[in-house]
Amino acid sequence: MDNRIYLPLLAVSALTTYLIRALPFTLFRKKITNRYIKAFFYYIPYSVLSAMTFPAILYSTESLISAAAGAVTAIALAYKGKNLLIVAIGTCAASFLVSLIELLLR
Amino acid sequence: MSDGLAIGLGYLSVSFSFGIMAVTSGLAWWQAVLISLTNLTSAGQVAGVGIMSASGGLIEMAIAQFVINIRYSLMGISLSQKTDESMNFPARLISSFFITDEIFGVAVTKEKVGFRYMAGLGFYPVIGWTTGTLLGAVLGNIMPPFVTNSLAIGIYGMFVAIVLPVCRRSKIVAGVSTLSVLLAVVFRYVPFLHDNVSSGFAIIICAVIAAVAGAVITPAREEDVKENVKEEADG
Repeated sequence: MDNRIYLPLLAVSALTTYLIRALPFTLFRKKITNRYIKAFFYYIPYSVLSAMTFPAILYSTESLISAAAGAVTAIALAYKGKNLLIVAIGTCAASFLVSLIELLLR
Repeated sequence: MSDGLAIGLGYLSVSFSFGIMAVTSGLAWWQAVLISLTNLTSAGQVAGVGIMSASGGLIEMAIAQFVINIRYSLMGISLSQKTDESMNFPARLISSFFITDEIFGVAVTKEKVGFRYMAGLGFYPVIGWTTGTLLGAVLGNIMPPFVTNSLAIGIYGMFVAIVLPVCRRSKIVAGVSTLSVLLAVVFRYVPFLHDNVSSGFAIIICAVIAAVAGAVITPAREEDVKENVKEEADG
């Protein structure tokens, strides 16, 4: 990637992320008590990950079919409560197998 | 240090997926590694790479990182109430770099948190996160595309593994998550929105609307927040 695009974006990303961590930790001493703000903080990681994963996961491999195979596997394994690594490996394996079959049939 | 080792090993595998995902998005291996070394966060970095590969704006990047990583502010506030006298101003500036979901989750269980403890706890996770990215990025460059694409989907699999178990336990999280996905689908498939709103902004808008809706309907209880922090598995 062209460094003229990459470097400014990297700097902004790193600086923003650092300030979010550093400012409250160094300056803030009071406790947040507002239930609505607390709830917002509680839900935001899940809503971010959800919006980031679907539908983007379906376009993360060579074909919609292999990606869908990975997505279905991810949901099935995660639903069974498997840990992160197992789910990730299963997701990769499923989409890899389907990609391989597609490659052989082509 | 030993607490950090377990976290570091976990990060090694997650960042491996990130490394592959970054090079398949058009980044050089050292660019991927530098992102991990300076950001130390998974969801933010995935969104960041998306914005980079779309040549997005600086403000878009700042807002995306702000929204995605705002939870670290809450963790920082929570940790700041447990610090001992060794946490002077420079020590806080250094320690705050290590605030991630897992490191916070371990640190917050301690009675007191000192600078030596935080620095020791953060050491292996930073090494693991950076090394995993390097391995993923380098292997991602060597392997054929259909193999790397199959591995790049892994990071999404991990996201599913983080969210889905919590959805099973909490109806409101399930609702928030579903709403967020529905909005993301709208932003993806409605041509006007797809053409005019970049993917980074779309994630921000969907996530904030869904989280606000959740907060208005059911303000979380203190126990939920603690539970969340322990369960959350993220960079």
